[in-house]
Amino acid sequence: MTGSTSEGVLPGEVQTGSETPLLRVRDLVKSFPVRGGVGRRGKSFVQAVAGVSFDLSRGETLSLVGESGCGKSTTARCVVRILDPTSGSVEFDGIDLNGLSADDLRRSRRRFQMVFQDPQASLNPRMTIGQTLSEPLHIHGVDPAESRDRIRELMSLVQLRDGDLDRYPHQFSGGQRQRIGIVRALVLRPELIALDEPVSALDVSIQAEIIRLLERLRDQFGLAYLFIAHDLSVVRHLSDQVAVMYLGTIVESGSNSDVYDNSAHPYTQALLAAAPIPDPRIERTRPRIVLAGDPPSPINPPTGCRFRTRCWKAQPRCAEEEPVLADPGIGHLVACHYPEASNVITSRPDRPIGGAL
Amino acid sequence: MTVSVTTSGSGMSAQRVSRIKAVGGLLRHPAIAFGVMISAAWLVVVLTVHWWAPYDPYESVGERLRSPNGDHWFGTDALGRDVFTRVLYGARQSLPISVAVIACALLIGGLLGAVAGYFGKRVDTVVMRLVDVTMAFPPILLAMAVAAALGPGLRNGFIAMVVVWWPIYARLLRAQVMAMKHKEHVEAAVSIGATRSRILRRHVLPLSFTGVMVNATVDLGQVVLLTASLSFLGLGALPPAPEWGAMITEGAKNFYQWWIALAPGLAMVTVVLGINFLGDGLRDVLDVKVASK
Amino acid sequence: MTGPLLSLSGLTVDFSVGDGVVHAVRGVDLDVNHGEVVGLVGESGSGKSVTMLGLLGLLAPNARVGGSALFDGTEILGLTGKPLRALRGGRIGMIFQDPMTSLNPVLTIGRQLAEAIEAHQPTLTGKRVRARVQELLEMVSIPNAAERIAAYPHELSGGMRQRVVIAMALANEPELLIADEPTTALDVTIQAQILDVLADLRQRTNTAMVIITHDLGLVAGVADRVNVMYAGRVVERAEVDEIFHKHQHPYTAGLLRCLPRLDRRGIDLDPIGGAPPRLDRLPEGCAFAPRCRAAIDECLVRDPMLRMVGASVVACHRAPDAVASLTGAGA
Repeated sequence: MTGSTSEGVLPGEVQTGSETPLLRVRDLVKSFPVRGGVGRRGKSFVQAVAGVSFDLSRGETLSLVGESGCGKSTTARCVVRILDPTSGSVEFDGIDLNGLSADDLRRSRRRFQMVFQDPQASLNPRMTIGQTLSEPLHIHGVDPAESRDRIRELMSLVQLRDGDLDRYPHQFSGGQRQRIGIVRALVLRPELIALDEPVSALDVSIQAEIIRLLERLRDQFGLAYLFIAHDLSVVRHLSDQVAVMYLGTIVESGSNSDVYDNSAHPYTQALLAAAPIPDPRIERTRPRIVLAGDPPSPINPPTGCRFRTRCWKAQPRCAEEEPVLADPGIGHLVACHYPEASNVITSRPDRPIGGAL
Repeated sequence: MTVSVTTSGSGMSAQRVSRIKAVGGLLRHPAIAFGVMISAAWLVVVLTVHWWAPYDPYESVGERLRSPNGDHWFGTDALGRDVFTRVLYGARQSLPISVAVIACALLIGGLLGAVAGYFGKRVDTVVMRLVDVTMAFPPILLAMAVAAALGPGLRNGFIAMVVVWWPIYARLLRAQVMAMKHKEHVEAAVSIGATRSRILRRHVLPLSFTGVMVNATVDLGQVVLLTASLSFLGLGALPPAPEWGAMITEGAKNFYQWWIALAPGLAMVTVVLGINFLGDGLRDVLDVKVASK
Repeated sequence: MTGPLLSLSGLTVDFSVGDGVVHAVRGVDLDVNHGEVVGLVGESGSGKSVTMLGLLGLLAPNARVGGSALFDGTEILGLTGKPLRALRGGRIGMIFQDPMTSLNPVLTIGRQLAEAIEAHQPTLTGKRVRARVQELLEMVSIPNAAERIAAYPHELSGGMRQRVVIAMALANEPELLIADEPTTALDVTIQAQILDVLADLRQRTNTAMVIITHDLGLVAGVADRVNVMYAGRVVERAEVDEIFHKHQHPYTAGLLRCLPRLDRRGIDLDPIGGAPPRLDRLPEGCAFAPRCRAAIDECLVRDPMLRMVGASVVACHRAPDAVASLTGAGA
């Protein structure tokens, strides 16, 4: 049982306190049953998300970043209610989504939408683009004339032609399909879009186009993005706020520059040091941090700090006491008993950091 | 230049255009072309036999128990009826009823399986235990029991066979739907606020059926045999109806007049063979598609 | 030793698909020197993997490979049977993106490594083979190597599996290691581990490597020399610093301007626009011309040859002015 947050400031929280954030997530937990071995009775559970809290304001972009299995996608799916959280609360514009009836929840879905990682898999192959795009509008009772106008307008915004509406998903390229996925998320005029690795399946040049498009749409419609990614460079480019996740918990969070230029959690530092920079001169002189081993299984997470099994700074205390996400006096939140803020991207380490393999 | 292999269960990226091309390509494959030809020939027989059959299937048209000759290609039976004519008319009994059995089993089993797979929990438990119980019986035994309880006749035989066959499709479709449930396009449908029944109808079922259709085609041959088996045991079509199984029963009574049983037997072999070849061809087109991109 | 270890000239790969022919690789010239790490960079469909699979005879039967590939002075295109097998996994080691495609799921990793060694050194005694297996696993930094010998591939994590694949590639002390997207399927901290293993190997064994990747960042960290491929051709080749700082080809420039940066915020991404040409219907002139902002009339009619410009070898009519004209247009 984990994930209590400090009483301090949460990532993205408006400190003046007057305005309610668009999205307010508290102690979110999502567990999945895991099949036991043969003859084993009773179910065991894996906590994919183990107590996550954050706020997201209107028009802002918060990125959840981490490696596979850290729970970032599951968190996003709980926020837009593709999955039901096991416990914890998700408040959207002050309304607790847990308290809504099934029908009210369905109706409120127009306000938060999702864009998926695999643009091919997220489109129904048997439906034309026109059918796919008009379905959400039909469900929410928007009249057909208005629907047509909205779809036309958005199609031209993402540089697709009206004639494309009669075509099927397989007739498009990967980049075009992702544009279609984005239009589908936009037709209901949502206030929040969860983007689950929207560019990671695309080639570099297409990736840049989609990133630019996302930026433009955010500015034009005042959208808030919950951006899920493993690519730290893309996250740096797009985010206002960043939360780094490891094994189902947030280990560090703050503004873009807090996390990138002044990271204090060893895991964040390792991630940043491992992400490549397309400049050989910088690559040659950057500090290296090579973490030992693999992430442990979330079925049986380590006691105390979840990162301690790979951490080069781990002390006995780390095994006994789980660090809370709190501000150690550096202006942003870190869940570590021995935080040391530094810029690991460009500065040379003054002493060797990194664990043996 | 990657060569990708997609299965209908997962990818469903089957593209209409390439599918049509693939069908053309498959016809070049001898076994499949053979299957298509035989199946088509039998279909023509079913639809048109009454226009061109040499004799009336119910009338005595010659000497009793004549061996095959120029007038009667497969000889005559104990009542002097033309065996060849009766075999042709037999297709009218066996094939439509087999198709109907598959269709009904697919509808009932498919729907139950889809609902069980999609909603899970208690619905799933109930449906699947029913499936387990039904499938625990040897098919012919269960069909015999049901047919015997309802009384002989083709209609009751039909009901018996549907009872035997629906669990197969319940299982298949449940598996398909459960796999489909977590696909991203279904998640997308959830996120736009579609109701569960809409998701099942528009985003899950249409994509789950392809694989099941292939199985249904292959099963058709088995149902033809089951129909004949029931009739053979006196639980299906009743005399004097020209049904293949019933004809074999008659043939068994006239053991030394081998043609009476052989003719319907040969008819069944060709039908089942044709359907099996056709089904395997369909599997190649729809189920596992090797496409170079 | 003199001369390059591997030397491709005019390598072509055509696939016959239906009624058409796809020109996946259209005349690649490429040298790999002893002990050198060469990066082969491009987007999907650029022909970077097909080039290497082609020279190793690892393509589907509908592929036709042409041109020449000299390995240590000997022609290796057209080799079949025993000599080809002696080369693959012997003098040339291979690492693929998905470790599971290279590993047999029903054999222990120790058994598979032993087979890889025995296939090329049949005279070794069982004891020597076992010792070598353990040595290989230690070389790729697999912890508790002695215990892991008995593990099956599914019992290992993705990163550990990729280490086993590297160990297999190294089993017979190859002179050349070809790594096709070796870290693409892995998380970034695991990628760092694998790159560490490769860097360490390079220092210890002086093995030459070809790293095939779409990731320019990765290339910046590991390669000595970089070849940028587009639509089946090398369009630019240079030392790694030159590729990133003094590139001459508009496509190289375009790729770099597409990349968000870890170390800088608020840069303007500048997508190339358009899409790569279909390889069965290539334009007449330069394959990049339809997307190129520096294109002139000549580019649309005449396909440029590779030539030396500054520190690069580049296939562009407008070099050395091409990249400068892009910046001018962008401002």
